[in-house]
Amino acid sequence: MSATHEIRIAGFGGQGVILAGMVIGRAAAIFDGKHVTLTQSFGPEARGSAASVDLIVSPEPVLYPYLTRLDVLVAMSEEAYTRFVPELHPGGTLLFEQDLVNFQANRPDIHAFGIPATRLAEELGRKFILNLVMVGFVTGVTGIVPADAVRKSIADSVPKGTESLNTAAFDKGLEYALSQKLAAIHQ
Amino acid sequence: MGMTTAVNPVEPLLRSERMPHLWCPGCGIGTTVNCFARALERSKLPLDKVAVVSGIGCTGRVAGYINLDSFHTTHGRAIPFATGLKLANPDLTVAVYSGDGDLISIGGNHFIHAARRNVDIKVICVNNFIYGMTGGQVAPTTPLGAVATTAPYGSFERPFNLPFLAESSGAVYVARWTAYHVQHIAHSMTEALRKKGFSFIEILAPCPTLYQRRNKLGDGLDTMRYYKERSVIKNGASTRDLDLDFQGEITVGKFVDVERPTLQETMDRLYRQRLEDRYFGWRQP
Amino acid sequence: MNLVHADPKTVLTGAHFMDGNHAACEGAIAAGANFAAGYPITPSTEIVERFAARAPLVGATFLQMEDELASSIAILGAAWGGAKSFTVTSGPGFSLMMEHIGFAAMTETPSVFVDVQRGGPSTGLPTLPAQADMMQARWGSHGDYEIIALSPSSPQECFDVMIDAFNFAERYRNPVFVMMDESVGHMTEKVVIPSADRVLLVPRRYTCLPPSEYLPFKPSPDGIPEMARMGQGYHFHVTGLTHDASGYPAINAQTQQELLSRLVGKIRNDADKIARAEERQIEDARIVLVAYGITARVALRAVQLAREERIPAGLLRPIVVWPFPEKRIRELAGQAKAFIVVEMNQGQIVHEVERGVAGRARTVLVPHAGGAVHRPEAILEVIREVAQWA
Repeated sequence: MSATHEIRIAGFGGQGVILAGMVIGRAAAIFDGKHVTLTQSFGPEARGSAASVDLIVSPEPVLYPYLTRLDVLVAMSEEAYTRFVPELHPGGTLLFEQDLVNFQANRPDIHAFGIPATRLAEELGRKFILNLVMVGFVTGVTGIVPADAVRKSIADSVPKGTESLNTAAFDKGLEYALSQKLAAIHQ
Repeated sequence: MGMTTAVNPVEPLLRSERMPHLWCPGCGIGTTVNCFARALERSKLPLDKVAVVSGIGCTGRVAGYINLDSFHTTHGRAIPFATGLKLANPDLTVAVYSGDGDLISIGGNHFIHAARRNVDIKVICVNNFIYGMTGGQVAPTTPLGAVATTAPYGSFERPFNLPFLAESSGAVYVARWTAYHVQHIAHSMTEALRKKGFSFIEILAPCPTLYQRRNKLGDGLDTMRYYKERSVIKNGASTRDLDLDFQGEITVGKFVDVERPTLQETMDRLYRQRLEDRYFGWRQP
Repeated sequence: MNLVHADPKTVLTGAHFMDGNHAACEGAIAAGANFAAGYPITPSTEIVERFAARAPLVGATFLQMEDELASSIAILGAAWGGAKSFTVTSGPGFSLMMEHIGFAAMTETPSVFVDVQRGGPSTGLPTLPAQADMMQARWGSHGDYEIIALSPSSPQECFDVMIDAFNFAERYRNPVFVMMDESVGHMTEKVVIPSADRVLLVPRRYTCLPPSEYLPFKPSPDGIPEMARMGQGYHFHVTGLTHDASGYPAINAQTQQELLSRLVGKIRNDADKIARAEERQIEDARIVLVAYGITARVALRAVQLAREERIPAGLLRPIVVWPFPEKRIRELAGQAKAFIVVEMNQGQIVHEVERGVAGRARTVLVPHAGGAVHRPEAILEVIREVAQWA
């Protein structure tokens, strides 16, 4: 993929939203030679339980560092979904945690893909790795960052001793994407 | 005060080329400096490794007259400057020498925090109850009812009890003397210089030009007489009981002398404990 | 000047994905900083948080002080103790530090102050960016003095300019400022930290003279005095009062004249050597945008958009903002019809540009109150308008 992508990952505190953004950003910037700018919301809206992280991934240097044309939204909570879906650019892609988001087919102009990330994480025995399941899903569906780059990034991003667990979560999300891709909710 | 006599054994410790000093006749600061020089000698410390840090004010000029590495810093900030100096160069013995307005009013926050941390510095506070350099304004040490230019009808504020403030903030050594008690001052200074941790010595000293004159208390000699007649030595007295009233009794003595790990010792212990062989230690400059 | 390599044990060589605040901290460590004091303040706090974690691993000391007054002078005490030291703050804390910036200038204490700028005045916008402390950095303390200030526009440059800042601080024995902003401080990008042998450092200028011949404030031929090591018997005196070469107070007009002209001259006379700027598409530019920090990136985007419309615009990005690159502005004023100054304040550096241009071209300000960076399209609008007559 050579175009510029604008990605927002949003959910609530404790889901590892920021780490998910760091894994993708580091993968693209360090292991895939892309220009990447990651920003987080530090304003008053960052308080409370909401968490979000924005990424711009581009073959060119990123000059304006904030999102202007959101084309990939990763929604890990109902609040994140309802709040940010209107900002998704026509033709954009929505990836959502299907057990946490009450998806409504009211944006015929976007592509939407659901995943039971929390359940898949629980199958691996650790609910808190749903963020890496989600990263795998993003990788599989969008292809913005190669899976190999993400695997290297995981090793550099997660606490020591948790690399294999997190990689397993990533693989789980990736496989789910590949197996479900054709069955996704195309509108 | 005998600071310039040729045979004076403390002379090498003073910057004779800077004499005469700027303090007024009868001022008590020079007396304390003489005591400090004696204490430096008696402490047997390697004198090149002793640094003096002052703030601003009459006592703030002490750093300029002592023949050691010396710093005349900003108003109220001698203690945080000394904190940085000591942490960066732990081999130094660092003495902070300043007045009551500098250390306790504008610098009060630094005073309590340095005591709390037990920074290994020795704080000498010459307390003349008044702002001298600016011409006699009320201070947080001015006794209730005493007159100052900005308290022309008498100070209506309760003054600080400095030994109590120092002890309750965490000082490991606390003493108070008056400028009359030169032997005691020199002895306390010697002890403080040798002791590890935040040490505090308050020295009541006359300001005949501003405090004594404005309050019709005579000259420096009259003040010495007052110190002599109304001081009571009570070593080990509770610092709670050391409030000073206008021309009242003055409790002097050494009140606190306890052991507590210094900031650097505690820092070092925790780093060692938590980081083990990853702890780099301090890179000496 | 003899340069030394950074200590490989302290340099995190490699490609990192980190934010500007963390990169600034690593820059300081690579530059040899072994003392920092600070007081928590948004949006700068990550710098001291990281330094607190890294300090015991690299032989450094960090102390969180009781306030910014204490932080800003603890670093000066540490500098005299032999450390390379810095403090970090944002607007309100920067205001509290002003007296010690003057003290550092007066006592010629090598020191680095980082201001991660946020919206003001007063408490303002703690979590959102601005560039409104640029004049405060230059003029905030009382009296006459000169400073050096750098403004990074990316996390990579946060690392890079910290090394420059420490080198300038040692070279000129002066307070040096790194004027970041919330946007640059909190954005995460690729940061490449070079190997230690690629990081060249200016060592402290210590005297070789014996104590009997040493005068602490006697200038070297380049106007800058050499320091003495503490605890070696030099028995030097340092004061914030006007002082002569001996270091002792000398309260008279003549000493003041000599001291001030030296303090101001050592920076002003070297302004060309200190200057550092990036120029983009400036060769044929009839419209020159001037912007620094995060705003320069956005302005460059606007230049690209203008070029797509065949408007001959270019960008001058001062990396060293103080001393201001007045000479370069003067040169460009012969070629350009207009200067557009884009900054996240109500007009600060624009006055410097106007002074350099001296009426030979038009100067247009694109201000922003802060809280968000300029949109490139908004800048493009101004470029288009200016292109009507430029």
